[in-house]
Amino acid sequence: MENWRQQPWVFLTFIAPGALWLLLFFLIPLGWIWLFAVGERQGPVDIVVTWTMSNYAEALQPIYLQLFFKTLWIAILSTVVCLVVAFPVALSICFAPERYKNILLLLVILPFWTNMLIRTYAMIAMLRQNGFLNDGIRGVWTAIKFLLTPVGLGGLMGDQFQPLNLLYNNAAVILGTVYVYLPFMVLPLYANLEKLDRSLIEASLDLGASQVRTFFEVIVKLAKPGIISGVILVFIPALGTFLISDLLGGPDSQLIGNVIERQFRAANNLPLGAALSFMLLYLTFIALALRAWFAARGERSDA
Amino acid sequence: MRRPIGPLEFTRRTWVRLWLLVVFVFLYAPIVVLVAFSFNQSRRNIVWTGFTTDWYGRALNNASLIEAFVNSIVIALISTVFSVIIGGLLALGLYRFRFPGKPVLDGASALPIVIPEICMGVALLVFYARVGWPTGLPWPLNLSSVIIGHIVFSFPFVAVVVRARMEGFDRSLEEASKDLGASEWQTFWNVTLPYMKTGLIAGALLAMTLSLDDFVITFFTSGPDTITFPVKIYSMVRQSVTPEVNAASTILILFTVALTIIALRLQKPSEGIG
Repeated sequence: MENWRQQPWVFLTFIAPGALWLLLFFLIPLGWIWLFAVGERQGPVDIVVTWTMSNYAEALQPIYLQLFFKTLWIAILSTVVCLVVAFPVALSICFAPERYKNILLLLVILPFWTNMLIRTYAMIAMLRQNGFLNDGIRGVWTAIKFLLTPVGLGGLMGDQFQPLNLLYNNAAVILGTVYVYLPFMVLPLYANLEKLDRSLIEASLDLGASQVRTFFEVIVKLAKPGIISGVILVFIPALGTFLISDLLGGPDSQLIGNVIERQFRAANNLPLGAALSFMLLYLTFIALALRAWFAARGERSDA
Repeated sequence: MRRPIGPLEFTRRTWVRLWLLVVFVFLYAPIVVLVAFSFNQSRRNIVWTGFTTDWYGRALNNASLIEAFVNSIVIALISTVFSVIIGGLLALGLYRFRFPGKPVLDGASALPIVIPEICMGVALLVFYARVGWPTGLPWPLNLSSVIIGHIVFSFPFVAVVVRARMEGFDRSLEEASKDLGASEWQTFWNVTLPYMKTGLIAGALLAMTLSLDDFVITFFTSGPDTITFPVKIYSMVRQSVTPEVNAASTILILFTVALTIIALRLQKPSEGIG
């Protein structure tokens, strides 16, 4: 690496476009929001920065605090489900025969190339009252009833199939989040597991540990960096989602993203929206700091 | 007789196979159903009543849908070109030079990747409103607000990809080139750039996909006359769910997949060089 003073013009050509773009269209807009969060509305559009804390105070009211907890809760749950679903997938792709590996990997990545909005929309068709999941459940229901009726237990199943309310609730939001972000979890896990030294797993098995014990005490521990990356990649977008909860959620599954959107558009309460945005940002930074902390701790324990 | 299952042959175990099957059904069933029902005669999109391609005809005759589609592609192309240039230069600068404030720039350029999209979206919304960004410009200048937003979140990804590629670069090649009398520019054009190519193509592909995929930033930065395809589909979904939405979605899926395949093909031959 060389000192920038040696070739200041070359240096500037390389750095300036990116730095300026970042400053103008990212840092300044964000800084503006940050200032609005400590400002007050005066008139329909004017906002005066008065360094008031009242917007943050309002954002910490129980109604919004509850919203934050709910958003956190849904994001955590979605991330955990993603991890549990993705881990066996990533592991089995790693240990799959060479010729299937790329196909399996491609199958995981392919949905990622499909627009997120379209995938969310596709989920609606699956979950609706007369959607395909309900059709499937109806099929199972009919089959069980058919089997139970001859032995006189048909009454147990009720007279008519009641379609389940699968859409417009929190479960649908979690399912949608898992559906949209699953590739984000599989890929870092796969990248990590692929590099893992297989002889360690073999050693554990040879020394008499069961598959289950080897899985939890060897594989999972070695895969920790991959797990952390995957968790961050799923957790942060899940925290800020507004599309999935907007389309799949019900009236009680509004998340922080939806409320922020409303403050900036329909409700036109910019200072409150700004304060809520920055609280979401701070939460994101906490998640990133935790990740850095875990990574640092992992390195120390390796040494 | 079949070989017994080895301890690490997870893919030969029944429960792992079932797990994979369930996960892939979960990933693909909604998309398959979506595509299948774009050929359904019934307007209500629920029961299969017969095969038709009418919805494609309707989608293709829907002027505002076509306009949104063209907008999306123009935005993606322009934003990709800018992102590759800005991101590639930034990656090179960060790779080559030592300078005060480097960690700050490094961190700041990673921010658009990590912060929630909605925060960036509302920030740009407020920014454009406050600086009085001109609206009503002739096409395609009226797309500038959306394009700028797309570049902001795309070029950091390009920078990351290109920088990862540069990690393996042997700088003595550049020195050799200069020793042999090439100018700074010739060295860049004939030595550095060919090495970067793989990274640039991968970055361009990523930027293109991100731009075509984006909904949130576009939703906040587009005006009534600068609708993109995802935003248009969003408003169609909110109004009513008809097979026309399915047909439009299918077209976009096909378009993205075709684009990716072309890009992967383009990337293949250069692999041997690096």
